[in-house]
Amino acid sequence: MAYSTLTNYKLLTLLILVLSGCDSNEALSLSKKSIIYCSEGAPESFNPQTESSGTTIDATSNQLYNRLIEFDPTDNSIIPAIAKSWHVTRDGKMITFYLRKDIQFHQTSYFNPTRALNADDVLFSFNRMFDSSHDYHLISGGKYPFFQNAQLVNLIESIEKINEHTVRFQLTHSDSSFLANIGGDSAVILSKEYADELIELNAMQEIDMLPIGTGPFKFKQYSSGAFIRYEPHSDYWRGKSELKQLVFDITPRDTGRLTKLLAGECDVIAYPIAHKKIEQHPNLTLESVTSFNVGYFGFNTSKPPFNNPLVRKALSYAINKQAILETVYTGQAEIANGLIPTSSWAYDSTITSQEYSIAKAQELLAQAGYSNGFVMDLWAMPVQRAYNPDAVTMAKLIQADLLKIGIEVNVVSGYEWSTFLRKISDGEHQSVLLGWSADHPDPDNFFSTLLSCSSAITGSNRTFWCNKEFDQLIQKALQTNNINKRKVYYSKALKLINEEVPLIPIAHSKRYQARANNINGTLLRAIGGIDFNGVTKN
Amino acid sequence: MLIFTLRRFNLFIFTMLLLTILSFSLSFLFPGEQLINLTGQIDASPEQLAILADEYQQQSGLLSQYFSYLNHLFHGEMGYSMTSNLPIATEVLNRLPATIELTCVALLVAMFFGLPVGFCAAIYHRKLPDNLILTIAMVGYSIPVFWLGLLAILVFSIQLGWLPSAGQISLLFEIEHVTGLQLIDILLSDSPYKWQAFQDATRHLILPVIVVALAPATIFMRLARSAMLEVLDTHYIKAANAKGLTFSQIIYRHAMRNAVIKVIRDVGLQFANLVTIAMVTEVIFSWPGIGRWLIESIYQRDYTAIQGGLIVLSTFIFIVHIIIDFVYAALNPLAREPRNGKR
Repeated sequence: MAYSTLTNYKLLTLLILVLSGCDSNEALSLSKKSIIYCSEGAPESFNPQTESSGTTIDATSNQLYNRLIEFDPTDNSIIPAIAKSWHVTRDGKMITFYLRKDIQFHQTSYFNPTRALNADDVLFSFNRMFDSSHDYHLISGGKYPFFQNAQLVNLIESIEKINEHTVRFQLTHSDSSFLANIGGDSAVILSKEYADELIELNAMQEIDMLPIGTGPFKFKQYSSGAFIRYEPHSDYWRGKSELKQLVFDITPRDTGRLTKLLAGECDVIAYPIAHKKIEQHPNLTLESVTSFNVGYFGFNTSKPPFNNPLVRKALSYAINKQAILETVYTGQAEIANGLIPTSSWAYDSTITSQEYSIAKAQELLAQAGYSNGFVMDLWAMPVQRAYNPDAVTMAKLIQADLLKIGIEVNVVSGYEWSTFLRKISDGEHQSVLLGWSADHPDPDNFFSTLLSCSSAITGSNRTFWCNKEFDQLIQKALQTNNINKRKVYYSKALKLINEEVPLIPIAHSKRYQARANNINGTLLRAIGGIDFNGVTKN
Repeated sequence: MLIFTLRRFNLFIFTMLLLTILSFSLSFLFPGEQLINLTGQIDASPEQLAILADEYQQQSGLLSQYFSYLNHLFHGEMGYSMTSNLPIATEVLNRLPATIELTCVALLVAMFFGLPVGFCAAIYHRKLPDNLILTIAMVGYSIPVFWLGLLAILVFSIQLGWLPSAGQISLLFEIEHVTGLQLIDILLSDSPYKWQAFQDATRHLILPVIVVALAPATIFMRLARSAMLEVLDTHYIKAANAKGLTFSQIIYRHAMRNAVIKVIRDVGLQFANLVTIAMVTEVIFSWPGIGRWLIESIYQRDYTAIQGGLIVLSTFIFIVHIIIDFVYAALNPLAREPRNGKR
């Protein structure tokens, strides 16, 4: 018996050697024509209309869908997409889009389109969000964060179909950020035919989990929290992708992503660490792009002691931003003087960051009646984002900073990302480290989404700060097309934020990505999510 | 044999009873509402909760609550995961096969390596090979598994790039979930890339299996060594020697079989140890098994998942233990029937 044991063992070794030793040609073709992207988290939905987090946008927007108009990746100007051209009347209140006629929807195991995209699909996609009596409005919760925050509900008076391939938007007033909003990552066009079919099948909730779009890739499989499998859309109007598969390997740990990249299990990884190591590696490339984003330290202004502006202001003096920048961002970011990055036209150089002064902080705390300090919770986001690559470390630095003025900080971490966001939206936190990546280049995207009263209701204003004066300022800025006037309003709004401190902007970072050298094409965008259209492997 | 079987069955029932009592009492010990801990329905409305309370006989005494819990368990209802909202039974069925695959392959590898090496050490008792093997066994047993796992990834995945560091198979291959045992599923599938998938899955298996198998293999080495020494010291070996049998005849025909039997008795015990090592290894190698899921559930404070995972994992260990007991009994007449001789 033991003799045969030994023989078996030899056979096994031989088998393993044979198995790992050889490669067949047919097999090579699969991995040679497929890309595995190691992403940092699981998408909450497959429809970016219903969810505006960066992870969802990255996984869905540019891969599965198209918008009426899109942004040029190089200079952020508006370029045609589903709409081949558009016309804005002189008063800015009527915008007509002329649609392409050759756009096909995805053909998948769960849907067979019988017609090309037309005006009905555009109407369906927008009405779902605007019309609260629409059949699909309340499916998936009825929250459309980006559109509600951008106030498009009040802005758009009506959308009408002029003919099969012409759609007209009638606005209540002229709004300078309208086109930028329509080109944003969340303004995707869905298929009305698919939606009608789901109504017949009585499976309406599937519209956001089994997606149908017009984008370069179509949905194949999603294993919750593990991976997403996409296949190329063979009738894509910009031309079929050369890839055989696009797989999102969901790898929340940054060390895990780095290991997979080095071991060749991923072709591209999101938010790499150890930049030097990647730069030195002969087969890898590190890329970066300065993003429209901000990482901030936000207070829940509905809870004491942070309902007192003096306390918030005191804390803003006590945070050593320079130390955070060097430790957390390893110098790959710039200090945020305000909410808006320096590259935006709305940036006001006269507004400077709060100086670092413990004396001033203590003085303000004493004024607020907290001279003996207090104990507070600080929620640190559990995933890495460009705007905050390591929230837990940042929380520890802030903990040390605040201890100097007698405030004891409990760092709350360890929740899974979707649980974390849900609890934050419910207002369970006292303060939080979060951030925001802009959907489009218009500065309004920062102000309205992060701090307006309406987004305090939809949940993207995590500070629950609602200031009438601030809301009026950002409304006025939208009513004019005159950039100089808008600048004045935004400048006032920035000053108001500096006085009231609903949040402390910490840094505007660069977004990094690492990839193997055999991956070609532009993936990273300054605005919005990544884009695998036109990316090839050789 | 019947008595032997009945005795094992009896043991199984009592152990399961204790286990379920432990798991049931966990739902009281965890923070939060007991019913919610038990069912995992965190988003349930008051009406739904009332129905659940009725189902689990919350109004009756503790004993009937426990029996209704048992009743649910027998029907495969272990509640819902608090994080994913999927039934625990589904979650477990999706993940348990991966753990079975990893632990069973590792157990076989540990035995195939451990036993012959241990016999070798016994044959060269107190000579250089023996000392060398004992030293290696000591070192192998003392290495912490998480360190070994990371080291293996660092050397074989990152530096050399020979073997993958995470998962069961490259995500590019679409293998239909039939048995859940990856290698068998690949052979059953009709994918055009079957052969490549099989290679890839094997490559993914190598590092975690070696890491899991190392410590048990060293234990088997020592067990095999002392078992063989014991056997070589018996009268029947001396008699065989006196009859003029060659050394290899004695070892292969008489000593080895008897020594193996002694080792097999301890394999069941070592299996529990092996599963614990596998849980840590699953985390390191992102192996989609139940151990990793259970550790994640602890992080997420998913109490329902912790209870369900605990029961399933201990049942699995226990079943393997009993199977090994039967193998032992089949090989050793002394164990199954007292009349076959004195113990």
